[in-house]
Amino acid sequence: MTNALQRLNPLRPEGIALLLLAAFLGRAIWWFAVSDARDTSFATEIIISGLLAGVMYSLVALGFVLIFKSSGIFNYSQGVMALFAGLFASGFMTDFGLSPFIAIPLTMVVMVITAILIERFVLQYLVGQEPIILFMATIGLAYVMEGIGDLVWGSDVKRLDVGLPSGASDFMFDCCNLYVEKLEVSAAVVAAVLVAALMAFTQYTRIGRALRAVADDHQAALSVGISLRTIWVIVWSIAGFVALTAGVMWGAKSGVQFSLSLIALKALPVLMIGGFTSIPGAIIGGLIIGVGEKVAEIYLGPTMADLFGANPNNFTAIENWFAYVLALVVLLFRPQGLFGEKIIERV
Amino acid sequence: MFYRETGDFKTSYSADTQTFPIKLDRYRFWAIAIFAGILVPLWIASVPRQSAEFFVNPILLPFLIFSLAAIGLNILTGYCGQVSLGTGGFMAVGAYACYKLTTAFPDLNLVLVIFASGAITAGVGVLFGLPSLRIKGFYLAVATLAAQFFLTWMFSKFGWFYNNSATGQITMPPREVFGIAITGPDAAPWATYFFCFFFVFVMGWAARNLVRGRVGRSWMAIRDMDIAAEIIGVNPLKTKLSAFAVSSFLVGIAGALYFGVWYGSAEPTEAFGITLSFQILFMIIIGGLGSMTGSFLGAGFMVLLPILLKKLMVDMGGMEVAVAKHIEIVVVGALIILFLILEPHGLARLWQLAKEKLRLWPFPY
Amino acid sequence: MKLARITAALAVAVATGAAALPAAAEITVPSLVYRTGPYAPNGIPWANAFQDYFNLLNERDGGINGVKVKVVECETAYNTTQGVECYESTKAEGLVFHPRSTGITYQLIPKATTDHKVIHSMMYGRTSAANGKVFPNVFNFPANYWDAASIMLKHAGDMEGGMDGLKGKTIALVYHNSAYGKEPIRTLEKLSEKHGFALELLPVDHPGQEQKATWLKVRQMRPDFVFMWGWGVMNQVAIQEAASVRFPMDRFIGTWWSGSENDVLPAGAAANGYKSITVHAPGASFKVHEDILSLLYDNGKGAGERDRVGEVVYNRGMLEAMYTAEAYRTAMEMHKTDNPTGDQLRDGFEALNLDQARLAAIGMEGFTVPVQVSCENHGGPGLGAIQQWNADSKTWTLITDFVGADREIIDPLIAEDSAAYASENNVEERACN
Repeated sequence: MTNALQRLNPLRPEGIALLLLAAFLGRAIWWFAVSDARDTSFATEIIISGLLAGVMYSLVALGFVLIFKSSGIFNYSQGVMALFAGLFASGFMTDFGLSPFIAIPLTMVVMVITAILIERFVLQYLVGQEPIILFMATIGLAYVMEGIGDLVWGSDVKRLDVGLPSGASDFMFDCCNLYVEKLEVSAAVVAAVLVAALMAFTQYTRIGRALRAVADDHQAALSVGISLRTIWVIVWSIAGFVALTAGVMWGAKSGVQFSLSLIALKALPVLMIGGFTSIPGAIIGGLIIGVGEKVAEIYLGPTMADLFGANPNNFTAIENWFAYVLALVVLLFRPQGLFGEKIIERV
Repeated sequence: MFYRETGDFKTSYSADTQTFPIKLDRYRFWAIAIFAGILVPLWIASVPRQSAEFFVNPILLPFLIFSLAAIGLNILTGYCGQVSLGTGGFMAVGAYACYKLTTAFPDLNLVLVIFASGAITAGVGVLFGLPSLRIKGFYLAVATLAAQFFLTWMFSKFGWFYNNSATGQITMPPREVFGIAITGPDAAPWATYFFCFFFVFVMGWAARNLVRGRVGRSWMAIRDMDIAAEIIGVNPLKTKLSAFAVSSFLVGIAGALYFGVWYGSAEPTEAFGITLSFQILFMIIIGGLGSMTGSFLGAGFMVLLPILLKKLMVDMGGMEVAVAKHIEIVVVGALIILFLILEPHGLARLWQLAKEKLRLWPFPY
Repeated sequence: MKLARITAALAVAVATGAAALPAAAEITVPSLVYRTGPYAPNGIPWANAFQDYFNLLNERDGGINGVKVKVVECETAYNTTQGVECYESTKAEGLVFHPRSTGITYQLIPKATTDHKVIHSMMYGRTSAANGKVFPNVFNFPANYWDAASIMLKHAGDMEGGMDGLKGKTIALVYHNSAYGKEPIRTLEKLSEKHGFALELLPVDHPGQEQKATWLKVRQMRPDFVFMWGWGVMNQVAIQEAASVRFPMDRFIGTWWSGSENDVLPAGAAANGYKSITVHAPGASFKVHEDILSLLYDNGKGAGERDRVGEVVYNRGMLEAMYTAEAYRTAMEMHKTDNPTGDQLRDGFEALNLDQARLAAIGMEGFTVPVQVSCENHGGPGLGAIQQWNADSKTWTLITDFVGADREIIDPLIAEDSAAYASENNVEERACN
């Protein structure tokens, strides 16, 4: 910690960024102190819903991180995996009338089988290929899974109701006039449990240690007798589990349908900010993006109007690109994301 | 037997360093150029308009335009090693530049307009290429998505770009070159085809010679290892930005043709969405990274495959369209994976291997 | 499960192969569908209804004036490129095209005129195509988006006790940030000048799964009404969010593409009271539905699932098919032919006159309004009614009569926009006697 502080030089880019951030936060706190109650409660609401939306993004981003960390594959198909899992979960529930307690484990079985098939038919042939080739292969995988999911279950929008509470929380509404979505609170709880479980799994179990060994060095792991193929199946199964969680959460929010696969695009800036290799990074990146884009969507227009007299309507519907630009700015200061492993290059 | 270089002697340096040092390759190139540039337009002009349009609009025009875009992306990704997912956004820049220039200067020659659109796109490309000096690998790939989303947002947000039309849809006004209609509904299929062919030929020629020269070699040095390249005296700033500029120039021209000649009207979020960026990336991966031939092969593959599959399954097999579409998606995905497994260097590499075999055939030893 | 149907379809495909021979005299109607992709949930019932209606004509009446109709589907996935390809590959046999997407419509408008084809972009596409003088081959009757905006505003006025009651009120427009979503803005701006309400614009980017910021703005702004121009997943999320911020549902009015069962069902009970504009009645209680159910679905010839007959999008697809069938009939009678050409079919569309008697004859009495099209007016009567969702019974109910739009605002806008198109594209206005 002291080391890190010593290294912080106000003249270096990271120092400047921190100074700017501190100034911005100071300004925000001052604004909170002087504004009237209605404005501040609105701002609180924005921040809360930003944080909760951020958790929803993190759920998707987590899957990316798991796979990238252990195999160096940038798995574009993570979003489609969420759709795929969501389709199976809702299909088991609506078409076969199963309860969520049976449908979800059954979907998990499907995801494990998927992981085995992916390893068997795709990954084992691509060991040692360049990252971009592996990345492209996962795009191909995304197509295949999307097509199969649609072939089996059809393209209609499906409701997915696993019994999670949804809608605005009446309690928060009445006591503090705050709008808090219950579903997203549940998602936050689930995400917290998930992260804790993942951390415990990688830290304290035998397989978890093997996973970390593979992540560090494929060849060294192989030479001490860890089977790369088994590990990959396990990693992809875990990623499938995370995708299932994300699919259920997003599916409960907006129904299971093709658009669900597009949430991968929301997760990519989260990864950039958090770093491709860090589980806590995925969570914190998600929170930053969630709050950042909400605050920007609501306040950027009026701010621009105040400062430059610009038309505030010119700065709306920016959520799609704002996250990416925010991530780009972070990357300019830290090219490996906030928590990513430092990239060391040797000639 | 069919393909050989025996007896093909060179007596000067310039003869030895030409683009196609083997006589047969040279003949083949000119044969293709004459076929595609003269025979095909003549053929299109001779068949009835309805069937000509069926070949030109869904097959030949996209093939040419996507080939050009693929060459552009290949320069950036295949030759210079900078993965970009913002191609759709840059094509949008070309398209909107083309639209604004044609509507603002109705008398300007369309050829000039299209080159100018390329130049404008090159400028934007350099701007969005700046982060590449600090950000690398997948981080850069994701960062280029910022360009993709920002540019399409910008074009749909500000009325100036679409001349304040009621819906933000831009429509290409009819324009002529040498008295022949090129854009608008009255353009003859052979004219639109030849117009696009002209650009592909000229820009392909230029790009091919660029990548063989000093600039191209410095790109490849950066691709192979940028730190090492820097040490031997390749300036990363100049090299990366020049790759972004040249690549965006080609992509911008492709975008202008895509909108002006092929589509005729467009809307940013739909016509230039992220799927377009991915499609072009597929083309260069399947065709072959760092290969000119590969750009053409990849574009041809990605344009023809869905049409062929559809013909096969719906028109001949009588399958339900939705099922056929889903199967098509699965097949495209599976083929991409299959290609990557069998030949990660793409169709161009297969072509090269075939040539090697033909060179020795029928006496392999 | 769908897998069984697919296997069956595959088996049929293998069995019949390419052996299907065309019948003697028949009309081919291409149907550009999207049964895949992000908008498939709406595309599927639409495409099914279109097929069902022509199958019904073949079964019940032996086709149109005795000529059988063959519907040829082509999948666009709501994608412009594939839509153009579909047009090119089906235009040899088809005369009338229903692009079913704004992007594809814009592509086909100039092509249709040169190719002598008819485009019927029913209630979508380019609004100013209602001007038949500039767009001879494009039709968008029975109503267009600008009519919709005006009629929705009239309903808002009624709720406030007259149009004067809108003075000083705020209306927020939540719209899909695309050409489609931007359609009503200009009309609403003009109307806000006229009636003195404030208009707030809240765009939502495609696909629209995350709209928290938009609805927090609504919550802060507390508009008196929210109008929505949404499509696909955006509708479902918006309705849920609106319920969550406790926006009164009866003051939330969607356009006709934001008012189907798909949009309200995922929100469950929260969607109760949500309103949307429509041009036809909801439900499957009409004669034509009875025929479809008894002649097609009872014999296993239905294109979709039985219980989805009568959904909003289904009814709309049926309406679209009906207009095309009636236009064909008119053209055949006008030109005394069994096989009209593109120009003759256009004449049929322009002479289309669906009065109450005709609607009754085809089993659609009370289902929709009479429509008359002319050479100048390709936009139809521009009537619309408001329907409301009941979440308990899971049904839509019409709550108003079919009313007209504010023509003194809409007509000049159409004239202005079509004139701009004409001058930009060197189109000469044609004379309509």
